[in-house]
Amino acid sequence: MKTKSKLLSAPYSVWMTVFIVVPMVLVVWFAFTDTAGNFTVENILNVGQYSNVFLRSIGLGAVATVISLVMGYPLAYGIAKMAPRRQSVMVMLVMLPMWMNFLLRTYSWMTLLEDNGLINALLTSIGLPRLHMINTGGAVVLGMVYNYLPYMILPLYSVLTKIDQSVIEAAQDLGANSRHVFLRVIMPMSTPGIISGVTMVFVPAVSTFIISKMLGGGGNLLIGDLIDMQFLGSAYNPNLGSAISLVLMVIILICMGIMNQFDDSDGEEGGIMP
Amino acid sequence: MSDSIISLQDIAVSYGSEQVLKGFNLDIRDGEFVTLLGPSGCGKTTVLRTIGGFITPDTGEVFFGGKKITALPPHKRAVNTIFQRYALFPHLNVYDNIAFGMRLKKKSEKEVKETVHAMLALVNLKGYAHRGVSQLSGGQQQRVAIARALANEPKILLLDEPFGALDLKLRKDMQVELKKIQKQTGITFIFVTHDQEEALSMSDTVVVMDGGEIQQIGSPTDIYNEPKNAFVADFIGESNILDGVMVKDLEVRFAGHTYPCLDKGFGENVPVDVVIRPEDIEVTAADSAHLTGEVTAVTFKGVHYEIIVDVQGFKWMIQSTDYRAVGDRIGLVIGPDDIHVMAKSEYSGLFGDYSTFSDEMDDDINASAESVEDD
Repeated sequence: MKTKSKLLSAPYSVWMTVFIVVPMVLVVWFAFTDTAGNFTVENILNVGQYSNVFLRSIGLGAVATVISLVMGYPLAYGIAKMAPRRQSVMVMLVMLPMWMNFLLRTYSWMTLLEDNGLINALLTSIGLPRLHMINTGGAVVLGMVYNYLPYMILPLYSVLTKIDQSVIEAAQDLGANSRHVFLRVIMPMSTPGIISGVTMVFVPAVSTFIISKMLGGGGNLLIGDLIDMQFLGSAYNPNLGSAISLVLMVIILICMGIMNQFDDSDGEEGGIMP
Repeated sequence: MSDSIISLQDIAVSYGSEQVLKGFNLDIRDGEFVTLLGPSGCGKTTVLRTIGGFITPDTGEVFFGGKKITALPPHKRAVNTIFQRYALFPHLNVYDNIAFGMRLKKKSEKEVKETVHAMLALVNLKGYAHRGVSQLSGGQQQRVAIARALANEPKILLLDEPFGALDLKLRKDMQVELKKIQKQTGITFIFVTHDQEEALSMSDTVVVMDGGEIQQIGSPTDIYNEPKNAFVADFIGESNILDGVMVKDLEVRFAGHTYPCLDKGFGENVPVDVVIRPEDIEVTAADSAHLTGEVTAVTFKGVHYEIIVDVQGFKWMIQSTDYRAVGDRIGLVIGPDDIHVMAKSEYSGLFGDYSTFSDEMDDDINASAESVEDD
């Protein structure tokens, strides 16, 4: 029995070892060595110079995550309340943008937001002043929300559909109006969905480099761009790139750890109630 | 009725094109234990949900202590519900589940604590306050649900087949306990079930329903001993229901013989339904009785044997502590007080003959009916 299940998981174990564990060891190795291969902590210390980039990445990623949550939650809730047949149509519509290539989707935003782009053409044609939208932090956030919103909606939708109608009726029965039902029952019961949605939006948003490259211009450098530059760009320095990756990884792990503190759905203390 | 706490007047409810209740009237007195009893789809849960405020009737009015509450939402009614599948809040522990309603009413934490512990004592769950609800057994979860509802000090407690998911033994224990709680608290209980035994053993008043209409309202003994029609007679316990003719007062003719009985007021030579309960029939030797028949099936039921007897093509059920073998010819003795006469109704001829009877089929029908109701 035991050997059989081991055998079944073998393909993935091999895959994981070769393509995940080994590269991670290499990243750590590069992060702590110099070009000659000697041990050093200089790379890690140098990451400190880029703290503003880190702050900007985390800031923009956080803003995008909050916007996705605020927009995604009501939609997911609405879909979960629909008739089953309409639900599957709506879920398909939510995933529809994901059928298109990521680059293409982001690229099309460029043509929309440019100073001479479609939106500004429309504005000038009705006599309004042009807006400078491309190459701003706002454009980057827009790109993040646009690309990652489905990853927020889907986990939320899946926990919300699992909430039994009779639990909601029980709350009403015990004297809860619709605001109380939402704050004291639906929200706490959907916490696991909020956590996985936030994770699935925040992590790729913080480490993206395509979105910032296309929509953010030179002034909105993110960690992803920084790492990209160390490996493929002008500032070729794989050791520093690895160190930045490592620090990013640690930061994300810490964020996830903090997030999971909010999920006490199976804890002994029902700390959500005031 | 002046002392009625809930009064339903001319209620009609339909789901889409399906009329579930029509012209439904019911008065429930304060402090009563009332059971709505009927098969799946008879509208009993709809009545409960109308009282709870989860359904607004198409027509008709709901009165609570004389005040019209037809349009009042559930959270504003002094009524609490025990749901079939408990519906506890999975993200809260036992304590917080029970405290839910009181905290919404902004009671002080001190008062909340006192009440929660009093409720836990009432439902025999002392020491469970800080358990997660998912760690509890079905019976324990149902107790928490009862405590959670009672902590709100409702005027009326609605119970929607609360023991449907529990096994037989636990069910019996919970029935006794629930009855005790009702007596202690003096709250009006409105209980919905399709289990006639449960209804008879717990209620002050039983409301037998079928097809969205009340068939009979009465005390458990009335309902059992004096069923109004063939439906009630068949649904509550086992019954042999025969076609008969009321010859005159105190005399009824059925199965080819005329019997003295205690019923009167039907007129002369009026067709009626005659009910004879299986446990009331006395079994004797074939040559010393009017009615004789051949035993076609015997089932041992623990307390008694269930004997199916073919009397001129009509199959009777008899419950007797004496064993009779299949193929035996036996005599059936029926006394005047064993006979109950009912007026003919739309249900006449549908029930009461055991020629197609089998325990297994009965169970199958019950099981499939229940699964339909679950949907």
